[in-house]
Amino acid sequence: MSRSYNKSGTLRCLDRVAVEVKSKFGAEFRRFSLSRYKPGKFAEFYSLIIHTHNISNMDILIGYADVHGDLLPINNDDNFCKAISMANPLLRIFVQRKEEVDYNLFGTDSLTRKKKPLGGLRNDTLRKRVQLSISIPQDFRPVSSIIDVDILPETHRRVRLYKHGCEKPLGFYIRDGTSVRVTAHGLEKVPGIFISRLVPGGLAESTGLLAVNDEVLEVNGIEVMGKTLDQVTDMMIANSHNLIITVKPVNQRNNVNRSSRMSGSSGHSNDSTASHHSLPSAHMVQNYNPEDESDEEADIIIEGCIEPQSIPFKSPSSSFTSSRNNLSQRRQKELPLNGSVRKTNGSILKTLSALKAEARHSLAFSRGGIEEDGTVITL
Amino acid sequence: MKRFRRHGHELNRERIKQDLFQFNKTVEHGFPHQPSALAYCSSLQLMAIGSRSGAFKIYGAPEVEIMGLHEENAAVTQIHFLPEPGQLVTLLDDNSLHLWKVRKSPDGLSVLKEESHFDLRGQPGAPPSVTTITVVLPHSSGDVLFLGTEGGCVFVVEHPSLREQEERTITQEAVLQKVPDDYQSKRSLGSVEALEENPRNPHQILIGYSRGLIILWDLQISEATHQFLGDLQLESVTWQRDGRQIISSHSDGSYCQWPVSNNDRSPQPLENKVPYGPFPCKAIPKILWLTTKQRTPFIIFKGGMPRASYGDRHCISVLHGSKQIAFDFTSRVIDFFVVDEGESKSDSDEPSALLVLAEEELVAIDLKTPSWPVIQSPYLIPLHCSAITCSHHVSNIPVKLWERIIAAGNKQTSHYSTKPWPIDGGYSTASEPPQRDLLLTGHEDGTVRFWDASGVCLKPLYKLGTVGVFVTDADHNDNLNQSGEDEWPPLRKVGSFDPYSDDPRLGIQKIHLCKYSSHLTVAGTAGQVLVLELNDEAADQEVACTLVDILQDQDTFKWKGHERLNPREEPVHFPAGFQPFVLVQCQPPAVVTSLALHSEWKLVTFGTSHGFGLYDYQQKRTVVVRCTLHPSDQLALEGPLSRVKSIKKSLRHSFRRIRGTRASGRKRAIPGNNAAKVQEANARMDREALNEMELAPVQRRIEARSAEDSFTGFVRSLYFADSFVRDGSYHGPSLWAGTNGGTIFAYAITIPSVERRMEEPVTATQVKEIQLMHRAPVVGIFILDGRGILLPEPLEAAHDLSKSPDMHGNHMLLVISEEQFKIFTLPKVSTKNKLKLTAIDGSRVRKVSVASFSSNRVEDYSENGLLVLTNLGDIQVISVPTLRSQVRYECIRKEDVSGIASCVFTKSGQGFYLISPSEFERFSVSSKWVVEPRCIIDIDEGVGTRASQQKAVQDGAVVKANSQESEDSHQMLSGMTKSEDDVRKTAEIMEHALLNDERVLLEIQSTLESDSALTDRLSFGHLDRNSKNSTGIQTPKQRMINGD
Repeated sequence: MSRSYNKSGTLRCLDRVAVEVKSKFGAEFRRFSLSRYKPGKFAEFYSLIIHTHNISNMDILIGYADVHGDLLPINNDDNFCKAISMANPLLRIFVQRKEEVDYNLFGTDSLTRKKKPLGGLRNDTLRKRVQLSISIPQDFRPVSSIIDVDILPETHRRVRLYKHGCEKPLGFYIRDGTSVRVTAHGLEKVPGIFISRLVPGGLAESTGLLAVNDEVLEVNGIEVMGKTLDQVTDMMIANSHNLIITVKPVNQRNNVNRSSRMSGSSGHSNDSTASHHSLPSAHMVQNYNPEDESDEEADIIIEGCIEPQSIPFKSPSSSFTSSRNNLSQRRQKELPLNGSVRKTNGSILKTLSALKAEARHSLAFSRGGIEEDGTVITL
Repeated sequence: MKRFRRHGHELNRERIKQDLFQFNKTVEHGFPHQPSALAYCSSLQLMAIGSRSGAFKIYGAPEVEIMGLHEENAAVTQIHFLPEPGQLVTLLDDNSLHLWKVRKSPDGLSVLKEESHFDLRGQPGAPPSVTTITVVLPHSSGDVLFLGTEGGCVFVVEHPSLREQEERTITQEAVLQKVPDDYQSKRSLGSVEALEENPRNPHQILIGYSRGLIILWDLQISEATHQFLGDLQLESVTWQRDGRQIISSHSDGSYCQWPVSNNDRSPQPLENKVPYGPFPCKAIPKILWLTTKQRTPFIIFKGGMPRASYGDRHCISVLHGSKQIAFDFTSRVIDFFVVDEGESKSDSDEPSALLVLAEEELVAIDLKTPSWPVIQSPYLIPLHCSAITCSHHVSNIPVKLWERIIAAGNKQTSHYSTKPWPIDGGYSTASEPPQRDLLLTGHEDGTVRFWDASGVCLKPLYKLGTVGVFVTDADHNDNLNQSGEDEWPPLRKVGSFDPYSDDPRLGIQKIHLCKYSSHLTVAGTAGQVLVLELNDEAADQEVACTLVDILQDQDTFKWKGHERLNPREEPVHFPAGFQPFVLVQCQPPAVVTSLALHSEWKLVTFGTSHGFGLYDYQQKRTVVVRCTLHPSDQLALEGPLSRVKSIKKSLRHSFRRIRGTRASGRKRAIPGNNAAKVQEANARMDREALNEMELAPVQRRIEARSAEDSFTGFVRSLYFADSFVRDGSYHGPSLWAGTNGGTIFAYAITIPSVERRMEEPVTATQVKEIQLMHRAPVVGIFILDGRGILLPEPLEAAHDLSKSPDMHGNHMLLVISEEQFKIFTLPKVSTKNKLKLTAIDGSRVRKVSVASFSSNRVEDYSENGLLVLTNLGDIQVISVPTLRSQVRYECIRKEDVSGIASCVFTKSGQGFYLISPSEFERFSVSSKWVVEPRCIIDIDEGVGTRASQQKAVQDGAVVKANSQESEDSHQMLSGMTKSEDDVRKTAEIMEHALLNDERVLLEIQSTLESDSALTDRLSFGHLDRNSKNSTGIQTPKQRMINGD
């Protein structure tokens, strides 16, 4: 039984815009399509799956086969978007009961899975290995990465902390201190900035890439030498959305050994201790499209219009409490002209208000590089 | 090739920058901080004031001021003008003597140059007190200086070589030879307290010792000729003009007259008087006896008040026949001198004015006018009569308004003497200021002072008081201070320094003056916003009061701060000048943090930590109120911001406060007034807190800003503009507000047509809200027109004073947050251009203003730029709309939080900031508009160059910066860091001497606790009276004004 899902009139005719979805639950298949550019939210997708398979009474886990044939989970907006955007052209969805899920199947060991693509879906009970029970992460999102390993001295480490979209505090403190430098006149004591404290549960601590007494050398590429503690503090806060700090770790045993650089996509770690035996290195997390400089600076612009409030407005973000004025508001993420294609999820309201908007609004709307995505929810 | 061309372009740009920008600190306005010495030169009509920072300045006629700065960081304890014109000697509290000369700089201006210095060294092994100098007497011959010491010896030092003449030292032994044994055995002589030359006989000098003995020493025979056997602790001795009598003053508040004649070599006192007896009195540290033609002398002395009831007063008493007045100063009297009109040959002094240097102000009293009124000073005005809370600069005031303000000010100064300022030496060659600039300072006591800031002298024009609008406790106290005529002692309050505010809520926080409409708005600490208009006549007015609920009935918040001020119900009488007609009271009554006035639209807008409001002062109606509080921000409601103020800042502040008021704070311990004690206690607590802080390692939390942070709702900037807020085809009035949390609100305002302005309401609707992602406080909002030029001020275009703005769409919104500069397009808001500051160098914008920079080479070439002061004390110029940093100069030390907070810019690229509670430093970033003292003191070279070789003066205190132009430009090319060195080199100014490091700060603190011993010594007899000599060797009395 297959059903066409797409109800958006503007999108129906455009084949390349639509993503063909083949969803399998047990032995049953369902087929439908989704908009490639406006995939919507994960929650909506989840209910759609439940609905199409008629399995409203059970907890399920949704997985998909990526281009390498790996079975990857879909459990949040980010990996849902990823799945949609990677589908070429067919998106194969595998639905499993939560109770029956074999977590071993999800993984990054692509080599084995290339040999046995999707083999795990046969519920092969023969493969019983002692596994660390790692719960399935609810939200795959990079929190940190080690970057520029190839250009930095081995004693230094450049760490990028992704604060964006994360509720966790950065969670560290810095202090003044003295460090020993090799200068033309021999060894010299110079003032330096050091990490003095990591807040338990904070981003800095959870990455395991920073430790107390690490010396801070640079903040977003700018040397901190000669700057006061207050200046460095202000610099870090100003860069807090995309903070890159270069440190000289106090513990030099975990340094990246360049000759045996591991390949792997994971530069992030959930280990909460600072003492790793070996740290994986990566230039950049592969499956994450890092926001470019200006996107991170995107300001939120609300253009209040003077029309009466015929449209109910519900703020999707809790951080927004400006709806006190009785004006209907249109929200958009303002993107720079250099055309980043990163999208944010909007609400249906946006599309509606955009359609409803008068000429002056559409004027504001047709800017190049600015793209809005409303979700199409019609069942 | 392409690269080469670009290189050429950059070179060209660098050259333009040199023509536009140049950094100079030019002059200090106000009263020197912590003055410690005073001297007067009657021949040149000059006065010198030294301060604890090691700096001293010579003052003459208005705009004549020359600065000297000692290399040593030690207080100047004495200054003496030498008989040779243009030379002076200073004594520092490290016991070193310094000889200074007024020289000509290459560009013809007078500068002060240190010629040599001298340290008095005693016998090896002798205690240091033996050579500690207590008194300096420059002999009228100009050959020697006599130095009295604590050890009791008088040393003789040659001038100008400053070499000690050991064989001429007057030892105690030599003195004691002729003193009767019974007197001798009772006591040792003590330290030398007074050295005075006989005005009629330069070979005789009086030596007074602290234990009471006074001797007359003959220099020719090197022998004591007369002994005056006093048995009271001696404070000072003075000659009468005729040389026939001496007067000594004593520590018990008495003074004695002694006859000097050749008949009696050891006379008894003629008269011994305790002017404020019979109860115990305080010492008289200095006394003057001045004769008049009418034979009735003027006796002028410091102190001597009854110890029990008036011991805490700082008084100078003037006795003239039966007339006696004790001038009562609000701060410690440091020294005084008398300007006299007596010819050198005549027998009488004919005093005309008394000048008193108190710790916080300089007061001149006219002794010629019978009522002895105060003469208004043209300079050295205490800016801090009441602590300065804010300042506002208005450039290029229309003549009409200027004259009206002056007229209103003149009505306030009618009680001053009509006599001209008595010190009028030297002359200024500075050109007439090109325009009239007004500096407005808001004060803690609710006054706003208007200053003429066009030239070197900051002249007071007018003072506006806002107290009258409110009911305050002060009203009842007024009559208590008025003492009846027959009161004894006959105290009379003089001076304007009054550090005590009756009610801190009255403090003025924001000022905005529209120079075209003469409308003024001021806002204060307790959420009061006043709109005033200039009225040339006094009037009784009722002030319309409107309460504005910023929170808009949100009852979850509780204001725990101060109450609002209660306005007077009945009409209030306002003198001519600015008279309030509207009072808007914010509720809760939090400090007003931003304010703007649009006189064309008759709108005023104001913001507090809770939100902002827009008020139509024509209809006296609130237009819109917006609460900007985040629901979780409880702190903002707890009242004054004390809890979140950084400890560093509060420390600094309290140090300032202690220093600013310490003399009066200690001495004016009136029962019931615990303010001083509380302040002391607070200071102690702060100090303890500082110690604790240093024990714990200083660490800083790194966290992204969030909407939940405290004080995000704090309104930082408000801006009116006629622009395209709704769409690109129609422009109209708009209001922009920026908060501490990086949010900008834009409101479109609808104003009814002129005919219906009174009937139809003004309305405002929100059209935009911008949340800056980095959430840094918004410190400035401006709108640029299509050509990238800032929109003119209200009414500016209407008065044809500026080009009317380009109103063809594509306006740009310039938002300055503490962290970055950003230009957005309008009406659709999207980023066009930006410049990051904090992310790159860690500095944050503290003050920003738009200024126009004119080229000093090419006529008619000027550029607009943003003048920015960062929290590191750097001044930067940022071009608009390209947002490129043009120049960067170090200006204020980054530790000087109050200095940075007080900075105010002018439209012509100059600025002011407080270097002490009482002094503004003036600086200029423009190379065209530089206001600096350019003065000449003419010295008769025939006398002046007797021993001096005219060396080329390289680096005087006041070097016209243009002389260094070539050097500057060279450095400019080699990068900005070099130019900082350049700044350091040229700016040898008062500020550099002030509190250069923490060590000095600590020293000052320690002296705060125990400086009474020092002060007594400081204020003791170092009045220069050489000019009163009439011995023929004396240079003829001359006043050199205007050229020769």
